[in-house]
Amino acid sequence: MQKKVIFKGRLLPLALLAPQLAVTFVFFFWPAGQAIYQSLLREDAFGFSREFVGLENFQEVLSDPSWVNAALNSLVFSGCVAGLALGLALFLAVQADKSLRGATVYRSLLIWPYAVAPAVAAVLWLFLFQPNVGLLGRGLNAIGIAWDYRLNGNQAMILVIIAAAWKQLAYNFIFFLAGLQSIPASVLEAAAIDGARPARRFWTIIFPLLSPTTFFLLVVNLTYAFFETFGIIHALTSGGPAKATETLIYKVYVDGVQNLNLGSSSAQSVILMILVIGLTAIQFRAVEKKVHY
Amino acid sequence: MSSTTLPATARVPAVRDDALLRATRRRLLISRIIAHGALILGVLIVAFPIWMTLVGSTHDAATIGRGDVPLLPGLHATENYATAWNEGGGRTRTTPASIMLWNSLLMAVLIAVGKIAISILSAYAVVFFSFPGRMAAFWAIFITLMLPVEVRIIPTFQVIVDLNLGNTWAGLVIPLIASATATLLFRQFFLTIPDEFVEAAKIDGAGPLRFLKDVVLPLSLTNIAALFVILFIYGWNQYLWPLLIINDRSMETIVVGLSKMIGSGDSQNEWNTIMATAVLALLPPVLVVALMQRWFVRGLTETEK
Repeated sequence: MQKKVIFKGRLLPLALLAPQLAVTFVFFFWPAGQAIYQSLLREDAFGFSREFVGLENFQEVLSDPSWVNAALNSLVFSGCVAGLALGLALFLAVQADKSLRGATVYRSLLIWPYAVAPAVAAVLWLFLFQPNVGLLGRGLNAIGIAWDYRLNGNQAMILVIIAAAWKQLAYNFIFFLAGLQSIPASVLEAAAIDGARPARRFWTIIFPLLSPTTFFLLVVNLTYAFFETFGIIHALTSGGPAKATETLIYKVYVDGVQNLNLGSSSAQSVILMILVIGLTAIQFRAVEKKVHY
Repeated sequence: MSSTTLPATARVPAVRDDALLRATRRRLLISRIIAHGALILGVLIVAFPIWMTLVGSTHDAATIGRGDVPLLPGLHATENYATAWNEGGGRTRTTPASIMLWNSLLMAVLIAVGKIAISILSAYAVVFFSFPGRMAAFWAIFITLMLPVEVRIIPTFQVIVDLNLGNTWAGLVIPLIASATATLLFRQFFLTIPDEFVEAAKIDGAGPLRFLKDVVLPLSLTNIAALFVILFIYGWNQYLWPLLIINDRSMETIVVGLSKMIGSGDSQNEWNTIMATAVLALLPPVLVVALMQRWFVRGLTETEK
């Protein structure tokens, strides 16, 4: 798409594009190309020798039990975060939508966790669930539940899920509320006159009309849980105990930065890139649907 | 149509009508009460971790270390915040919060301003000019949506090392300022500027740069404000990239510095000063969202289109 009336010139537009393109090439395309290139090589830890090994790194990664473990962790983690954050946000948005005047007040009171950095969110929840110091951590121990997220992998997973979902709740709430408020009141009134009870009205009218928003948010939440929660996991559990909270992104970091295994880390990066491309493609289809429905 | 012309079946006896109305009103009232109850509970749950952090930042280390965190604020706020501000929080006394806050502010503002500036320029070039390679340039920018920093960490880090930009502001900020979303947003907005404006500018003899400065930029101010709020938060909350690039303590940002104070979550830590640092770390972005809420919601919903 382009405008009919335009300015002439060739050098000026290129000069205007230059900064953006320079940054894009140096810090996006070059590293991405390097990642693909390195994923096909094997290098010893000191960088003395490298050889071309084809797809061997990928084979190794995909058959590595610790990678499979990280992939499963990512699935559980992002599934739970998306489910929890979407479910709670939808419930609260439906409640807020009932009163017109209250809706904006509640929106103001609920949106600010969006501004809290993932790593800071981790620190807040850690202070609550620390087994000896935290209010809730001590409470759980007091009522007989042996709570220590530093020793129990499942508890560690629960804690990172709560912290991640807490942060994403606000975002989902804003979008659900906007979606609900765009549903024409006449449709709901018509259903009410026909005798449909509130629960039925929700499932047969509101939920289907909201489905483009829900689908869009689902993709955004999954992307968030996969890629933007590094800070939460790094600050709270460092992937532990015994790799119980190690997600795919965290494993790329551990293998590349700490273990200096560049071939494997690059192969993992390439797999993640394919995943992001898939998610982004789905997201764009979702946005198109949202515009056209 | 007057009421007398209504067919007899449409008329309901007045008494039943009243009862029905009252029942409906009562149902509505109950549903409202449930709604408000659920929302207040939701707000309290969302706010609880922040409240406990505020409380934790006002007690002395011994009270918290014993595991006796009260539910109400204590009397040690001033000294805790002073320690965090001047010496740094936690047992290890890393970097003073005053320095880390300044670093975070600088990083956030540089990222937000940088992203907005290069995005406006490139969107302007793509929309208002026709030149060979226009679509190629647009797609090159667009594709970066699919390469978040997390998936290309190690090779990007190597580029920084090769360019000798480790531990510098340039190395911290420049890789983060390319943004497909901001460029798409401005492109979308520029396309809505009427052609007549460009024609009028041309007739008046204004060149493309003059048109950008005197027409396009003033028209874009609301978009810029909305985007700035979102990007400021994005910049302030950066974690993985500063963690890799910065190992000079005087350049530490507060989000990374805070998580370093935690260590492995030991009980015997100075939780009071850590919590004071946490409050300082979350206050600026939360204030930006609270004070600029209108721009924030607008920026959020528009960048996702």
